[in-house]
Amino acid sequence: MTLSPITIFRARRILTMNPARPEATHVAVRDGRILGAGPLEELAGWGNYTLDERFADKVLMPGFVEGHSHAAEGTFWRYTYLGRFDRMDPEGKVWKGAESIEDVVTRLQEAERTLASPTEVLAGWGLDPIYYGDRRVVRADFDRVSTTRAIGVMHASGHIFNVNTRALELAGLLRPGVNHPGIPLGPDGLPTGELKGPEAMTIVGAHVGFDREALANDEEGLKRFAKLCVRQGVTTATDLANLLPDDAVSMMARVTGEASFPVRIVSFRRFQALTPEQVVDIAVKLKAKSTDRLRLGAIKLFVDGSIQGFSARLRWPGYYNGAPNGLWYTPPEAISGLYKLALQKGVLVHSHTNGDQATEMALDCLEGALLDQPARDHRFTLQHCQLADAAQFRRMARLGMCANLFPNHHFYWGDQHYETTVGPERAMRMNACATALASGVPLAIHSDAPVTPLGPIFTAWCAVNRLTASGRTLGTSEAISVADALRTITLGAAWTLRLDGEVGSIECGKRADFAVLEDDPLEIAPDKLKDVRIWGTVQGGRPFPANGV
Amino acid sequence: MSGEVSGARPGGRLPVTVIGGYLGTGKTTLVNRLLRAADGRRLAVLVNDFGATPIDRDLIVSSSGDTLEISGGCVCCSYGSDLMDTLMTLPEQRPDIERVVLETSGVALPGMVASAVTLLPAYRIDGIVVMADVETVRTMADDAYLDDTITRQLAAADLVIANRCDLVNETSLQETLAWLATQSPAARILPATRAEIAPDLLLGLRDGAAPRRSATLTTPGAPDAASLYDSLELDVPETVDITELGRRLSAPGTGVLRAKGILNHAALHVVGRRFEIDAAPAGAKSGRLVVIGLRSRLDRRAVEQAVQPSLSTSLRSD
Ligand SMILES: [Zn+2]
Repeated sequence: MTLSPITIFRARRILTMNPARPEATHVAVRDGRILGAGPLEELAGWGNYTLDERFADKVLMPGFVEGHSHAAEGTFWRYTYLGRFDRMDPEGKVWKGAESIEDVVTRLQEAERTLASPTEVLAGWGLDPIYYGDRRVVRADFDRVSTTRAIGVMHASGHIFNVNTRALELAGLLRPGVNHPGIPLGPDGLPTGELKGPEAMTIVGAHVGFDREALANDEEGLKRFAKLCVRQGVTTATDLANLLPDDAVSMMARVTGEASFPVRIVSFRRFQALTPEQVVDIAVKLKAKSTDRLRLGAIKLFVDGSIQGFSARLRWPGYYNGAPNGLWYTPPEAISGLYKLALQKGVLVHSHTNGDQATEMALDCLEGALLDQPARDHRFTLQHCQLADAAQFRRMARLGMCANLFPNHHFYWGDQHYETTVGPERAMRMNACATALASGVPLAIHSDAPVTPLGPIFTAWCAVNRLTASGRTLGTSEAISVADALRTITLGAAWTLRLDGEVGSIECGKRADFAVLEDDPLEIAPDKLKDVRIWGTVQGGRPFPANGV
Repeated sequence: MSGEVSGARPGGRLPVTVIGGYLGTGKTTLVNRLLRAADGRRLAVLVNDFGATPIDRDLIVSSSGDTLEISGGCVCCSYGSDLMDTLMTLPEQRPDIERVVLETSGVALPGMVASAVTLLPAYRIDGIVVMADVETVRTMADDAYLDDTITRQLAAADLVIANRCDLVNETSLQETLAWLATQSPAARILPATRAEIAPDLLLGLRDGAAPRRSATLTTPGAPDAASLYDSLELDVPETVDITELGRRLSAPGTGVLRAKGILNHAALHVVGRRFEIDAAPAGAKSGRLVVIGLRSRLDRRAVEQAVQPSLSTSLRSD
C-alpha cells in the first residue's frame, strides 16, 4: 500500500487550541488531515515529507468557524454597498463607509451612471440612517438619483427598505390611504419611501431586485461568500436558515464539491410551514446528502424577532421606550414538539432567540422535552440570545444548551440599545460572554453576516473590548480575554455544530484547516486585535491565499 | 380549470376573510366547514401550514407542492412565511378565485396580517374573525408567554367565534362571553359549538340572491342550529347614502353579523362592526339589502330604520 505524500508546514508560531500542546512550529498534513503538530523531528517520524516553508513568517491557528452567518452575504455584493463603515468585498476591495445621507445619494448616483437601460433597477444594501441623526431617508433623496428606474436600498438590519417614488409606483403603493404601521406617510398623505417589516418589504422587494427566487439559489453568491471566508480566515461557515429546496441542495453540493472550493458550508434547514414530524424527516434525509464540504441535517428555528425592530419578546419590564412587546414566530407547542422529536432522532436544533422572554420559553420547552426524551449530548444552541441574564445562563448550562452570542451587534447597535430599546442596565449585560463562560455554557460568537461583516477576528475584538460605534465601553464585566475569544471562534463554534471532533483545533486526526495570519493575535494589544492581518487559509490541506481567490 | 373569468371578480378586489386564534380553538374545523359549504363559490384558502391544518381527505382532489385542489373549484395553499408572495401571485395563477380565506398561525396577530393584506390593491379585507375556545381562553390570556398575544388577537376581531360552548356550563359560558366582550369591544361575539357557523357569515352573501338556506346550518347532527340565525331581505331606496347605511348597520346594538347591499353601482359589505364599500358586480340588482344576525340579537326595527333615507332621530344604540 502506498501512502499519500506528506507535507510539513513550518510556521512562525502555531496556536493549536490543543491544551496538551498549545503551541508548535510545524504541522504535518496527509490526505487533507493533520498527522500532528510539534517539532520537525517528531513529525519526521511519519515518513518521507515535503517541507513547505511558505508560512515560515506566519502564525497558524485552527481555521475559524463562523457559527452564524448566511451565504446571502455573497449575494448582497451584487448590490451597491451603502453602509456607514468600511467593508471589504469578496474581491478584496474596501468600500468606504458613507458618512451622510448626501454621501449615500452620491454613491447611488455613481452606480446609476454605470447602468445602460433607463429602466434597469438599482439596488443597494447596508444603509443605517441611525448614524446620520434624526432625519429619515425619504423617497425624494433617491428621486435625485433617478425617477425612471426603481431604486431600493435594504438597511443593515435587514428589516427596512428605503425606495424611490418609481419603486412605490410599481408596487402600487404610491396612493393615499395606505394604512400600515410599517409604512410612514408624509405630509402629502403618501408613503415617504420607508418600508418596515417583512410584508411591506416583500411588496417592493421584487421591483427593486431583491426577489426571493434570485436570492434562494445563487451560485455566484455562494462562490463570492467563499471568497469572503478565505479573506477572513474562515474554513467552516454556517448558512443558518435556508429552505434547502432540492435544486438549491444540488447546486450547493456541486459548487462546494469543486476542487477549488475553499470552505465547509454547514447549512441549516429552516423550520416553517411544516410539522415537527415533517421537518425532522426532511433533516434526516438531508443529512444523508452531506459531503465533507456541505454539511446538512440540522434545523434552525425562529422563536422571536429582533430587538432593534421591537419584534423581540422581552420579559418584564419590556422595552425602555415603552414599545409594546414583540412577536412570537413559532407557537410553544411547535417548539416543544420539535425539540422532543429532534432529541429522539439525534437531529441538531439551533433556535433564534433575541429577547430574554424568548430565551426563557426556549429553555422551558427544552427542559420539558428532556424530561420526556433524555439526551446527554444534544448541543442545542440558542442563537443571538442577546438579552439572557445570569440565571438563564446557569439554566442553559444545566440543560446542556450552548449559546452563540452576537458581540458585533454590541458594536453596531449597542448605543441604540443603551438609549432606546432596552436601556442602560440591560444594554450592559447584552451578549454576556463572560457570564456564559463562567456558568459553563459552551460558547460561540458570530457576525450574522450579512447583517454585520463576516470576520471572526473582528467578532473576537468586539467580545474582548465591548466598544460601541460611538466609542462607549458597554458592560466591561462581560468582556472576555483574547485567549477565550480565540477559543470561541474555533473550538467553541465547532462544538455547537457537533464538529469539534473534526475541526476547531490543530491536532492529530483533525482536518487540516488553518487560518493563516500575518500578525500574532496573542502578541498584538487586545484593543488592536481587529487589526490582525490575514494571509488566507488552508482548508483540507489546500492553501488559499486571500490575494489569489 | 377555471370557469367564466369575466364577472368572476366584480369590483376588482378580492374579499379576504382573516381567521385568527390560538392553536386548538377550532380554526381547522372551521376551514373544513367553509370548504364544504363553499357551494360553488371558488375559495382560495391560505393556511400557514398543511401539517397543523389538515384539510379533510375527502375534500382533496389532488395535490402538488404547496397547493391542494379542493372539490368544487376551491384551492388551498400553504404560505409559510411567504404570505405576501402567495397573495401577489394568486390572482394571476387562479383568476377564477372569488374569495380568500386566510388562516393565520396560532401566534400571529390577525390585525397586523389584515393591515399587510390591505397593501395589495387586488384585495380588500372582508372581515377579521378570531376563534376563541371558551373553555381555555381566559387561562391562555393569563399565560406568562401568550397573554398579550391572545388579547391582541381578540382586540383586532370584527367577529369573535366563542367556540366549544358545549364544554362549559352556562354560568361559566356567560362569564366568558362577558369577558370576551371586554377584550373585543369592537366585535360581535358569536357562541358556537364545533365551529358550526352559518357559512354565509364568513363567505359573504350572494349578490341579488334571496337569503339562501345555507344562511341556516345544514350540518347534520345540529338540528337546532338553524333556529339560531335570522335573515332579512329589504328594499333600499336609491336616495339612501350607502356609507351612512354601512355605519348604521355596523353600529353597536343592531345585532347585524353580516349584511350585503347593492345601491347605485356600489356594494356594501358588513361583517360585525366593520363595513367596506366596493364596486357592485356587473348586472347585480340595485336597491336590495340582505342581513343576517343571531335570532336572539338581531334588532329588526333598527335594520328597518337603517334603510330609511332621511332619518331625523338617531338609531337606538347601546
Ligand atoms: Zn441570522
